[in-house]
Amino acid sequence: MSQPRIPDPALLRGLTQRRLGRRDALRISGLAALGGALAACGVKGKGSPGASAPAADAVAKFWAGKTSTGKLNFANWPLYMDPAHPELKKFTAATGIEVDYQEVIQEMGPWFAKVQPQLAAGQDIGFDLMVITNSIQFKQFVDSGFLAPLDHGKLPNYAANADAAYKKEAFDPGNVYSVPWTSGMTGIAYDPKKITRPITRLADLWDPAFKGKVGMFSDTQELGNFGMMALGVNPEKSTPDDWKKAAAKLKEQKSGGIIRNYYDQSYIDALGKGEVWITQAWSGDVFQKNVSDGTDFKFVIPEEGGTIWTDNFAIPVTAKNPLDALKLIDFFYQVEIAASLAEYINYVCPVPAARDQIRKDAAAKTGKDKAALEAVADSPLVFPAPADYARLHYYRSFATAAEQQEYQGIFEPIVLG
Amino acid sequence: MLRRRLAPYLLVLPGGLWLLLFFVVPMVTMLSLSLQQGDVVTGYVFTGHWQTYVDAVVNYRTQLVRSLIYGGITTVVLIVLAFPVAYWIAFYGGRRKATYLFLLLLPFFVSFVLRTISWRQILTDEGILLGPLKDAGLLHQEFHVLGTPVAVIGGLVYNFLPFMVLPVYVALERIDPRVVEAARDLYADPATTFRKVIFPLALPGVFAGVLMTFVPASSDYVNSAVLGSSSTTMIGQVIQSQYLTSSNYPTASALSFTLMAVLLIGVFAYARALGTEDVMKVAAR
Amino acid sequence: MTGRRMLYAYTWLVIAWLTLPVLIMIAFGFNDTPGRYNQSWDGFTLKWYGRVFELDELTRALVTSLAVATVTMLVAGALGTGIGYALGRYRFRGSGTVNLVMFAAISSPELVMGASLLTLFVSLGVGPGVVTITIAHVMFCISFVAVVVRARVLTLDRSLEEAAADLGANPWTTFWRVTFPIILPAVSSGMLLAFALSIDDFVVTNFTAGTTTTFPLWIWGSTRVGLPPQVNVMGTLIFLVGVAIAVTTSIRSRPARRR
Repeated sequence: MSQPRIPDPALLRGLTQRRLGRRDALRISGLAALGGALAACGVKGKGSPGASAPAADAVAKFWAGKTSTGKLNFANWPLYMDPAHPELKKFTAATGIEVDYQEVIQEMGPWFAKVQPQLAAGQDIGFDLMVITNSIQFKQFVDSGFLAPLDHGKLPNYAANADAAYKKEAFDPGNVYSVPWTSGMTGIAYDPKKITRPITRLADLWDPAFKGKVGMFSDTQELGNFGMMALGVNPEKSTPDDWKKAAAKLKEQKSGGIIRNYYDQSYIDALGKGEVWITQAWSGDVFQKNVSDGTDFKFVIPEEGGTIWTDNFAIPVTAKNPLDALKLIDFFYQVEIAASLAEYINYVCPVPAARDQIRKDAAAKTGKDKAALEAVADSPLVFPAPADYARLHYYRSFATAAEQQEYQGIFEPIVLG
Repeated sequence: MLRRRLAPYLLVLPGGLWLLLFFVVPMVTMLSLSLQQGDVVTGYVFTGHWQTYVDAVVNYRTQLVRSLIYGGITTVVLIVLAFPVAYWIAFYGGRRKATYLFLLLLPFFVSFVLRTISWRQILTDEGILLGPLKDAGLLHQEFHVLGTPVAVIGGLVYNFLPFMVLPVYVALERIDPRVVEAARDLYADPATTFRKVIFPLALPGVFAGVLMTFVPASSDYVNSAVLGSSSTTMIGQVIQSQYLTSSNYPTASALSFTLMAVLLIGVFAYARALGTEDVMKVAAR
Repeated sequence: MTGRRMLYAYTWLVIAWLTLPVLIMIAFGFNDTPGRYNQSWDGFTLKWYGRVFELDELTRALVTSLAVATVTMLVAGALGTGIGYALGRYRFRGSGTVNLVMFAAISSPELVMGASLLTLFVSLGVGPGVVTITIAHVMFCISFVAVVVRARVLTLDRSLEEAAADLGANPWTTFWRVTFPIILPAVSSGMLLAFALSIDDFVVTNFTAGTTTTFPLWIWGSTRVGLPPQVNVMGTLIFLVGVAIAVTTSIRSRPARRR
């Protein structure tokens, strides 16, 4: 608070002394006029939409003269790595590069808004590597020219081990600016201690039996997608008309008092505290929560379908240690490292060969650990089969800024209601 | 002598310049930005687009009104809650006055955010307060305080209490005990003494307290974000989110400006309404 | 008489209510939680006190906060004292405007101040960071320092300065040997106020920080997934230091008042 914590009686006297009058109003307008002269400037943007295709020599130009510095700052989301960071320790042991790993991203909108002014000013954001979702903001990052074009000549493990499907994803064809960290599904998490019947459908999120105990995401894309899927609409191919219908459906959920709140990654804390019993959730979080806090939450992909998204490594153009970042990216594409990460986080692994590695790791263990690792290798959430993909929907991409603003304009008021 | 005449200006200059550059100018930039159009990628251009204000206020009128209502309720609750405390300390605190004031301020040595989060921990659905009551079957499993207006207003009252107690205390402290004695002799009835003498004399303190609590309470977003839910969203959260989630600067600026205008007009009107001769006389004492 | 006793009980009830969250915060610093986060009470431990600086980001955030608060205290202290002294000591054209701007800066919603600073920085193409945080903190602290100093200068006994002048001291000497020592308590309490405001600020900082993290910002960010007990320990330590400073300054200033 900008109010004093220890109000001094003298201060209070000072505050009570003056009364405002007409002359003060005149003074204010005088000051405003003075400032007016100073404020004619607009805010400059950094790019143009559709400028996604980089110049042919962009890669060479960016990487020319870059040298390894032996350190690296990595911005990631919570619940995306074993808290002991075993993979990073191995990386440091192998390369001598120190990694400062920070869990500072909890939602894409706030992350973009936070770094945008710094990147637009050409300043270092303090991070050389970040993990960003293929959402609205991914396009904003690319269109603004904030992402460094990757030098694939330095990513041999990626070339050798990544799932071919990832090399032609619509949001970044040819992986010009990004390679996947991991993919995941958005589905439903619930607490079986509070909800005794099995949860299978999206409609369960609208069930009045859970009044005041339902959580949804505050991210407009995540939220809108579930509204559309509940109406049987595929979000990827949705029209503004579908958005309005979905918004009405979501408003119904809210005005009925069914919704407790709209969350970023804090939904997992809310679930842990019993604030919500059932909530929109990301596939791997629940497993990690169960492991680290001894809870017993369940995660399901609803019958109507869930969404699949990809979180991606990206290097900001202002990174001080981009070469070290690139090395780390490639390190995570070693089969053993990819396997070790997937074993803990339970998100979709972009390295198919990691499945056999996990089975091998399981064979070396006994009892409960063995069963847990075998479950990971067989989990459709980590290695989805084609039939699983059939139930999953992709995010809609927006061709123009106007289209995206229209979408935001429809769903934002629900979250901010 | 010239140096003497220049002295106040030289003293004011550095600080005044700072306030001009980082308080006055930003307000004007914000006004300018609220009239610009564009998006965060391609940039914003000044177009004098007033419609942004209309749209912003229409879309978020619920939150705007809700914030003013929450702020108003908070202020009223604060007056009711704080007056007896200030009264007791001022008239019966004796030599321990400073100690009591210090105890009232004690929690404010803990970070504001941390204090609010601590309330969240206390009030959480299955926490130390509600958990045992639910286990004992005294409350429904679904019962919750967090996420309700009660929790948000409670948080606001908690965080702003000292800003009401202190000014009221200062005003009461200034009352000459002989005036109260004389009043007792004249009216005899303590209730009348309070109503006709003590309360009017404490009004400047209440006035200052309202000024110090209503504006920050109505524009707060931390309490609602930590203790509230989607049905308690305040305008501060909307502005925060427009700036720091959507990067929608024109709408955010328009809303900030509207909020500021509403609050400042309120403050000015309030100051003028209470700035009558009587109050002035009391304040001057 | 019963009315008086009820008021007494009521006052203590309010004090208890105000203190409850602080006690909870302190208690959870001793919580032997098995996971990374504090959620329910799991027994008493002192281990978090030994591991208070274990989280690098949190420690860094605290250091940033302390650095910003120190610079703010010094700069706002100097600039605010200038304004406060001028307003209390001299009558000059424009003093009304200065008063008004200060009144506006004190009574403006923090949110609006933070937001408007962000628009300024965005418009100028300046990236937010430690510098912008400090600029913002100095801005909202100046007025508080000035108001405190002005109140003291207004009650200044002019005859002391006149006596000094009569004894042959030039204005400069008079200021440093006579006036300044008298207003010093106000200046230092204004500066302490600035320090306290700065280290606790969340709202304005949130708008002007970019990716820089201060102590309150770190708490805010980490509360999304759960608060580690180290935060409670640091909160407790800051609380104790603050209380200690407040107690010593009030004891030190007491004999002076008696004189």
